[in-house]
Amino acid sequence: MKTFPQTRGRKAQPRGRAFADGVLLQLALPSDSSLLCVVRATVARLAALLKFSGADCRSVTRAVDEAMTNILRHSYKGRRHQPIVIQFKQLRQAQDTGLEVILWDEGPPIDCSKLRPRDFTQLRPGGLGLHFIRQAMDTVEFSRMGDANQLRLLKYTRGATATAEL
Amino acid sequence: MQISARNAGVTTIFDVSGDIDFATSPEIRRSLLHEIRESRPSCVLMNLSRVRYIDSSAVASLVEGLKASRDFGSRFVLFGLSPYAREVLQLSRLLKVFEVYDNEEQALAS
Repeated sequence: MKTFPQTRGRKAQPRGRAFADGVLLQLALPSDSSLLCVVRATVARLAALLKFSGADCRSVTRAVDEAMTNILRHSYKGRRHQPIVIQFKQLRQAQDTGLEVILWDEGPPIDCSKLRPRDFTQLRPGGLGLHFIRQAMDTVEFSRMGDANQLRLLKYTRGATATAEL
Repeated sequence: MQISARNAGVTTIFDVSGDIDFATSPEIRRSLLHEIRESRPSCVLMNLSRVRYIDSSAVASLVEGLKASRDFGSRFVLFGLSPYAREVLQLSRLLKVFEVYDNEEQALAS
């Protein structure tokens, strides 16, 4: 079992560092699917606090849930006790605010050429998670940072008023 | 998440409650496929009225149930979808693929 936090020279990793400007929350958790509900509850409350609309609270929550599920399923292939870090940062632009969510894992590098849109003409299980993430977020960026995969998700409020029912 | 099965004639009704996500969907899938393959009901109804959250793995389990039902000549019906579950099926472009009813009475009468 790996321990938290780790500081193996991962420059892009925020573990063990002081929080940068705008960072609201950082979760370091093991790859355990029973924690998905905890992450969902956290994201839902945070999105409501940032005054996302009810629909956007649901879609951001769904996106983070699916992103963590992809780490559990594809990056760690069901192995438990592997490290996951999720950082939430408030975005401020001229007329808008938003939320940046970054997820790190230490699985093997992601082959982005395999991340193709789902073919909806066939009735088959699976392949919807990434579709949900892309549908929900304004920006979805995969990258490799040192020995970690990084998924960066951005969502702007566009002046919405929070009416989240969570 | 909890799932239980009951019979109404040749129909099997699954009552599901709680969140269906990556942690819990394997149990849904196992229960559904076992029932469809072993008991061969003529119709399977999924009562989702007490389901709060569904993710892509939940949708995948429902698709597997639908496909298995078709393979064995059964009907596969959903009822009691929350607005959230309906939204997720809509996003999946599967809402029209499933037979969906508002409540158990309508589903049984269909």
